[in-house]
Amino acid sequence: MNTFGHMANILVGRLTWHDLQHNMVTMTGVVIMSLALVAIIAALTYFKRWKWLWKTWITSLDPKKIGVMYIVVSVVMLLRGVSDAVMMRAQQATSVGTAHGIVPSEQFQQVFTAHGTIMIFFAAMGLMFGLINLVVPLQIGARDVAFPFLNSVSFWLYVMGAVLINVSLPIGEFSGAGWLNYPPLSELAYSPGVGVDYWIWGLQIAGAGSLLSGINFIVTILKMRAPGMRLMKMPMFTWSVLGSMSLVVFAFPILTVTLALLFLDRAMGMHFFTGGGGGNAMMYVNLIWAWGHPEVYILILPAFGVFSEVVATFSRKRLFGYTSMVWAIWAIVLLSFTVWLHHFFTMGAGADVNAFFGIMTMIIAVPTGVKIFNWLFTMFRGKITFATPMLWFMGFIVLFTIGGVAGVLLAVPPADFQLHNSLFLVAHFHSMIVSGVLFGYFAGVTYWFPKVFGFRLNERLGKCAFWCWLSGFVLAFVPLYILGLMGATRRLDHYDKSMGWQQLFIVAGIGVGLVCLGIGFQVLQFAVSYLQRNKTRDLTGDPWNGRTLEWAITSPAPEYNFAIQPVVTTRDAFWEQKQRKTSVQKPQYHDIQVPKNTGFGVFIAGFAFLFGFAMVWSITWLSVVGMLGMILCIIIRTTSDHTERTIKAARLAEMEVAGGTKA
Amino acid sequence: MLKKYRFVPLIVLVLTGIAAIGWWLHVSHVAVLQPKGVIGHKERQLIYFALGLSLLVVIPVFIMLFTFAWKYRAGNKKAKYEPTFDHSRMLETVWWLIPTVLILILSVVTWQSSHALDPYKPLASNKKPMTIQVVSLDWKWLFIYPEQHIATVNFMQMPKDTPVTFELTSDSVMNSFWIPELGGQMYSMPGMTTKLHLEANHTGDFQGSSANISGAGFASMRFVAHVGTDQEFARWVQTVRRSPNRLNQSTYSVLARPGIGFYNYYSTVDRDLYDTITMKYMMPGMGTM
Repeated sequence: MNTFGHMANILVGRLTWHDLQHNMVTMTGVVIMSLALVAIIAALTYFKRWKWLWKTWITSLDPKKIGVMYIVVSVVMLLRGVSDAVMMRAQQATSVGTAHGIVPSEQFQQVFTAHGTIMIFFAAMGLMFGLINLVVPLQIGARDVAFPFLNSVSFWLYVMGAVLINVSLPIGEFSGAGWLNYPPLSELAYSPGVGVDYWIWGLQIAGAGSLLSGINFIVTILKMRAPGMRLMKMPMFTWSVLGSMSLVVFAFPILTVTLALLFLDRAMGMHFFTGGGGGNAMMYVNLIWAWGHPEVYILILPAFGVFSEVVATFSRKRLFGYTSMVWAIWAIVLLSFTVWLHHFFTMGAGADVNAFFGIMTMIIAVPTGVKIFNWLFTMFRGKITFATPMLWFMGFIVLFTIGGVAGVLLAVPPADFQLHNSLFLVAHFHSMIVSGVLFGYFAGVTYWFPKVFGFRLNERLGKCAFWCWLSGFVLAFVPLYILGLMGATRRLDHYDKSMGWQQLFIVAGIGVGLVCLGIGFQVLQFAVSYLQRNKTRDLTGDPWNGRTLEWAITSPAPEYNFAIQPVVTTRDAFWEQKQRKTSVQKPQYHDIQVPKNTGFGVFIAGFAFLFGFAMVWSITWLSVVGMLGMILCIIIRTTSDHTERTIKAARLAEMEVAGGTKA
Repeated sequence: MLKKYRFVPLIVLVLTGIAAIGWWLHVSHVAVLQPKGVIGHKERQLIYFALGLSLLVVIPVFIMLFTFAWKYRAGNKKAKYEPTFDHSRMLETVWWLIPTVLILILSVVTWQSSHALDPYKPLASNKKPMTIQVVSLDWKWLFIYPEQHIATVNFMQMPKDTPVTFELTSDSVMNSFWIPELGGQMYSMPGMTTKLHLEANHTGDFQGSSANISGAGFASMRFVAHVGTDQEFARWVQTVRRSPNRLNQSTYSVLARPGIGFYNYYSTVDRDLYDTITMKYMMPGMGTM
């Protein structure tokens, strides 16, 4: 028995049969996940699509393909995050007095930790990188990103991070210490299970991918713009991505180091953040928010960029105050690194420090306000059509402004003492992230969908989805603002009836139900739009009367984006070109180099997954395999030649004519 | 004609919603907005002030959003269309300047209020202040009254109109000590003491809790803060002193074990217990306990 135990320990580390046993609620989740997986595998096998999946998607280095895959994965993650939200609302609406809701407290804590982690790192980040991949090369008139292979590695690291987080559901447990896992609670003494380790390694893997993407897109934007596109002629979405990616490059290393230190505490008995041994948890809280606050702007700046494109296009007018907008982005980028302490005014830093960070926080309201006024004046004297992206924009302005007011209150330290850690805070950041980030990316997906797939999304269903989301959001979060003022703290799995909170929690639950209905409409929208694709084909390549370069080419965009390198002379290059109505000359095609497909992106990330899993469960041999596998793959890939193939000019001409005849 | 009125139901809905929120705030017990302590009152003042100042920007934004959307809709042929109107030095100066001025005002208020309402700052009063030492445990609150040499668990009492100095520490993970009706919260952390000054100016039972996640029993970290008169407090101290329980190292180590739903009075407390709790994290090799 002892030898057996020893053998087992070498083979599978800390993993035991016990880690595969779960209660009903978790098992339901596991069964749903397994069924979905089995259904996908069966469908791929039945329709003989494995080869197609491998050749067209998994090994593709085309940023548009990678962008679509990002969005598919992040939508799946969004659904997982929403089901966590539904469970939280169900628990808090029912777990009152003698009733104890649907899950025990430990599980409830895993649910909200998973909700936050998944929504930020895998839903929001994924949607963001997806849109950036789809749009940035097209907007700057480039054929590809600067490092196409690195892009594939980034994407697959993101996927494997997401997989690792989700593997914690069937195998072991997830962290219950909140989405930022403050020590000492996240230290081994208080969280002895593998939950926190899953969190650490899921984020390490995905975070490495984000950092590489950040570098990739900075270089892409700085080095690969079409001739004539000076910085001050770049589309606003591209500007906002440049701001966001700069934040990624400076902020994500902080996250990597912080997670590594926490892991050293847990795995090697070190004392960076423990209560004793000279450790100090306050260092962790500072470090994690030094990443965490910029992260908010990493997510929201590209969404601001989407709104800038949307509001100009659907108002048929130039974006108002372009220069102001650029300065506002960079003011936000810089200021976002100077406010992190406002996440813990209640840690006792003293009046001078608190006041400084409070004031810095309020200053961010100035450039943000400027952006809002510029958007409004883009509408002024325009010709506004209320397509779905425009509705998302208007919904955003309303909810974001309300959330912003709550943010100003929270920025005043003594007011924060009364609002911090309450549901008021929860309502505030959901107002910012749902309306700012999610609505922005919904608008972006609807807006650029025809460019990627060649047909438009159904407008009627899109509008139904919008109204459900908007009203659902209000019903779900206005009660939380009030509950916070009533003294309800966040993350409660149970409360007493005498608190008088239950009615509001029920209203919030109804709100989440409406949001789910909105998601249902969105799923239906994709299905119906696909079925009706022949009616809504975008034959012109310019379905919205667009302004920027991506609308100058056919839809769906060909893999090489631009057969002929565009030359830019003004902002809104395509719009101005349309105004001038210059006669089209017979194009002169040249050979184009495009990267060959490669499986090394998914191989490297696959080994990274094995490494992460091995670190979680302390399986030494597997971590060695994972690490060596990664290194080997990198060596093989970086030393191999012939990573590109050529599209001949003649073939290009054929393809362009074929694309053009559709027009 | 009909088209013009299609927004009426929406407006009615929004107004009904606002009325419902107002009604709810009026009829229910909203701790932060109905404070019973000096600090809580001032913090509410600050919340109202910042809200009012923000509304100066928010209301114009809402008005512009809806009037522009309505007036410049594509279907309105009468509206002016200027597709190249993309810059106005005057307008842009206005909206860089006005928010800056408002933030400047708010910054001054922030600076002053952060100092005036610094939780570490003792409150001015002609009554002698009182100290209560608070230890967050898994998952309960221990209150030590060093001047009275008594201790309680998950219940505390303090006299009205007396400034109270809370010295907070934790013998577990980070928690946040919060009695919303009396005023803002403060983290309690192992190996160190944070401070919070509060003063109640009403009598009553006020709910307190931990506002920061601290593990499985987190939701049960509730306590009642009872505020009574000076005489009532003195009588209560006598009651506690008659308790058969004493708090020393050995009874404390039992109390510190994880558990919920625990209430107790201790007639005496080891004099150096609180210091032992904070100092043990400073000693080599003792941090992991």
